[in-house]
Amino acid sequence: MLSKAIPWIRLVIGSFLFFTVSARAEWEVNMTPGVTEVSQQVYGLHMIIFWICVAIGVVVFGIMFWSIIAHRKSLGVKPATFHESTLVEIIWTAIPFVILIAMAIPATSALIDAYDTSESDVDIKITGYQWKWHYDYLEEDVSFFSNLTTPADEIYNRATKNPNYLLEVDEPMVVPINKKIRFLVTANDVIHAWWVPEIAVKKDAIPGFVNEAWTIIPTPGIYRGQCAELCGKDHGFMPIVVEAKTQADYDIWLADRKEAAAKERELRDKVWTLEGLMERGEKVYATNCAACHNADGSGIPPTFPALKGSAIATGPIEDHIKIVLDGKPGTYMAAFGPQLSPVELAAVITYERNAWGNSKGDFIQPIDIANMQAAE
Amino acid sequence: MSALESHGHDHHGPAKGLMRWVYTTNHKDIGTLYLWFSFIMFLIGGSMAMVIRAELFEPGLQIVEPEFFNQMTTMHGLIMVFGAVMPAFVGLANWLIPMMIGAPDMALPRMNNLSFWILPFAFALLLSTLFMDGGAPNFGWTFYAPLSTTYAPSTVTYFIFGVHIMGASSIMGAINIIATILNLRTPQMTLMKMPLFVWTWLITAYLLIAVMPVLAGVVTMMLMDIHFGTSFFSAAGGGDPVLFQHVFWFFGHPEVYIMILPAFGIVSQIIPTFSRKKLFGYTSMVYATSSIAFLSFIVWAHHMFTVGIPLAGELFFMYATMLIAVPTGVKVFNWVATMFKGAMTFETPMLFAVSFVVLFTIGGFSGLMLAIAPVDFQYHDTYFVVAHFHYVLVPGAIFGIFAAVYYWLPKWCGNMYDERLGKLHFWISFVGMNLTFFPMHFVGLAGMPRRIPDYALQFADFNQVASIGAFIFGATQWLFLFIVIKAIRNGKKATAEVWDNPEGLEWTIPSPAPYHTFSTPPEVK
Amino acid sequence: MAKQAPGTNKPIKPFKLLGVVFGMFCFGFALVPLYDVICDVTGLNGKTGGRYEVSGALEVDESRWITVQFTTSNNADMPWVFSPSEAALKVRPGEMNETYFVAKNPTDQRMVAQAVPSVAPFYAAEYLHKTECFCFNQQILEAGESIEMPLRFFVDGDIPERVSKLTLSYTLFNLPDVAAN
Repeated sequence: MLSKAIPWIRLVIGSFLFFTVSARAEWEVNMTPGVTEVSQQVYGLHMIIFWICVAIGVVVFGIMFWSIIAHRKSLGVKPATFHESTLVEIIWTAIPFVILIAMAIPATSALIDAYDTSESDVDIKITGYQWKWHYDYLEEDVSFFSNLTTPADEIYNRATKNPNYLLEVDEPMVVPINKKIRFLVTANDVIHAWWVPEIAVKKDAIPGFVNEAWTIIPTPGIYRGQCAELCGKDHGFMPIVVEAKTQADYDIWLADRKEAAAKERELRDKVWTLEGLMERGEKVYATNCAACHNADGSGIPPTFPALKGSAIATGPIEDHIKIVLDGKPGTYMAAFGPQLSPVELAAVITYERNAWGNSKGDFIQPIDIANMQAAE
Repeated sequence: MSALESHGHDHHGPAKGLMRWVYTTNHKDIGTLYLWFSFIMFLIGGSMAMVIRAELFEPGLQIVEPEFFNQMTTMHGLIMVFGAVMPAFVGLANWLIPMMIGAPDMALPRMNNLSFWILPFAFALLLSTLFMDGGAPNFGWTFYAPLSTTYAPSTVTYFIFGVHIMGASSIMGAINIIATILNLRTPQMTLMKMPLFVWTWLITAYLLIAVMPVLAGVVTMMLMDIHFGTSFFSAAGGGDPVLFQHVFWFFGHPEVYIMILPAFGIVSQIIPTFSRKKLFGYTSMVYATSSIAFLSFIVWAHHMFTVGIPLAGELFFMYATMLIAVPTGVKVFNWVATMFKGAMTFETPMLFAVSFVVLFTIGGFSGLMLAIAPVDFQYHDTYFVVAHFHYVLVPGAIFGIFAAVYYWLPKWCGNMYDERLGKLHFWISFVGMNLTFFPMHFVGLAGMPRRIPDYALQFADFNQVASIGAFIFGATQWLFLFIVIKAIRNGKKATAEVWDNPEGLEWTIPSPAPYHTFSTPPEVK
Repeated sequence: MAKQAPGTNKPIKPFKLLGVVFGMFCFGFALVPLYDVICDVTGLNGKTGGRYEVSGALEVDESRWITVQFTTSNNADMPWVFSPSEAALKVRPGEMNETYFVAKNPTDQRMVAQAVPSVAPFYAAEYLHKTECFCFNQQILEAGESIEMPLRFFVDGDIPERVSKLTLSYTLFNLPDVAAN
């Protein structure tokens, strides 16, 4: 039973390393005040209620512990005989009631603020996927996926963990500062929740429906969060990174984004070699497929089948393309056709057919995929 | 009452051997079965918690894969709620209610036997999924659709039938308890003379028959969605995944009170005994319990503040939830007033009861914080919530059960438990429990979501503390088993009263309680 | 007969309690239509009503503009290409508008889809009236077929002042079971 012993061994080792393990913000005990007006309002409310609770606790526990110390049988006290008092009951019903009303007033106004999504400057549709986020800038022609970039080596303790362990993505959501940003939150498969503590936004992403939230970020910076609703296997591995930039930097970023999209279209039309597709495919595979089918193609049977030596990856390429593009209803295999670009699709299919000992040698050009998708 | 009469023949002792337990209709036997069953479940659910805490001991994936981790959190929750806490309370009700109200047995003894014996099958079904292809349920004990329908492992059907059976068991148990309390009280025991444990259980039983059928309904809808092509919870066919949450929490919130009200009753029995003073505000205790039960039906959406409820709905559920603090406060104040100017001693049951009052109140405070909707946007689905509900369930429900076992064990088996070991069990549990769950407040506030197998580095320190606490708390429960077995086998003989002048009919009969008690109704002053 | 407690004239019949159990089981199911009614009334989840019948002439409010954004999503196993023809429309309250969405089935199979509408902010949902929408019916596309799906709608003149922009989102769901029949 080695696996039973491991926690104990670690416990001993861990207690030596106690103060050296973590990289930053150790022993943080409180909520972040955050950077936005709403988040600071929420933090203020949190602290008010906390101190009210502390005050009530001090009074109630104070009386209780005083009784425990002073009214012990061992001190020879005689028990009193009183056991009811309507007046006292009324008093300690009324006082909490008044305190609650005092709490409810600021809470109500904070809630009304949090619900006011009108007059927004930037609208971003956020879609939760198993297990990544998709951002779609509604008024711009910009949309992309945001994937975890923490390498498996760090997760499986084969490499030192970097300070942003599990909180780092390939493409952060970029927003301008001092602009009202409206989030439209939805999901592709199961329920997720989009949460960034420093802007105090948490909204459930529900398949089929759109939810709304908003923020105005006053200071440039990088704000990190995580999915906050259990959404399956990799629920803990779909972080959120929001990068707030000045309007000028934001505009540069938008232009870059659009240029990159144009470049991607150019890449689609060129003729690719097997090596080129394999190289690109490995990256696409690591980002989109490895979570379920494993980096070495071994999968997690029976839910997530192996690709190494599988009938699909070593069979006719048409079937392989079909399942990647259209998905398989009733299983976890999503339709990647609408999610990935033709280049990425061609690359990943090629990679799967020629990696880990699969050696079909055949491959498909991005332009062919594009034509298939456009075919009437 | 034909069941009672037909069973009137065996006025001798219990039958011998295994069949005694299989065929028994005796409330004491069935109570014992329930209690042992719940303890076994407590150990199984607890060992799953140990797996969870071992994996969370430090960042990175060490012991289990995320897929299995999710199965552990799900099964831990289901087993602790439906397998450990609820059966333990039903077991206590079986043992104590007839003795407290002067009844010879439960009103429906054969159904009583049935309601226990279907439980092992329910949990065998549930636990067997661990060894099946696709693994055990992995969608959390709240099993939100569509993760639990379209995206569920194929074993979800076993889970659904398991829930159906345990629901049937709870409903039968509740009907039996209501019938017993309302029909079999000794003539002079009016409702307002009933011990508070009986009162809280009566209210709990009504909650059970009101909401367990709703749970049965919601899992039936899931079953139909999965196998019969309906679309209750799928937007594609005109359904709505959020509907699932509404129906689930309509069950789920009263369920939370089902797990705490009997503990309120237990503490209300124990504190007066060891304070040597009558319970303060008996009448207000009854009214407070009833109002908590009533309010539990109109606060369910506070579990769903982030799903996108209209502002007016959000405000309504926020105010209603805050209101629960009032009757809960009244109960706490009454307990403190009972201790005030008493002559207290601190035997093990009292230690557990006093720590119940303190720690449950802390759980209540965090509950009040969670009720504030705009702030809940930051707390929701973080470890702050985990800390909150473990503070009401572990030192609430579980400590309540421990207190009850120590308090009534001498009555059940006729021997005193080892007081020194009992106190040791309390203190280690107390330290371990706080070490486990208090740091969870901190990591939750600092931003750690719940139900994740791996976490960012800034949460590492407190998670390590929590894991150490959990191992201490978990290991200590073997000591509890040892203490109970030791007391059953031998120990100082207990008197009929056991404690210093306790109140209640159960203390008027000898210790151990004879197999049949109160064949003729006793007198009540 | 077992002894009775004072004050209770008749012993409670366990069958009555079973009635409660049965009633609550049914109540669980009754929550389903009840929830739909509540959704209709409050626009919960941004659910929009069904086909809207216009009674009488519409009164156009020339004093304000409302921006109606269109956005589309595909559910997990839906490979169709699906998008609005226009990203947004500026409309007058009370004015009838028409636009269309494009869908294409790029697979080699006949498929059936259902579009599910949702409006944000959801208190605006009850003011968005659709007189014609592809979401009222399932959409059937043969392999490789594409279609332009019309939407006719108007924004109610009673829409609150604070709403200047609303988003109409459609999520396309695959219905493989329907397609198989």
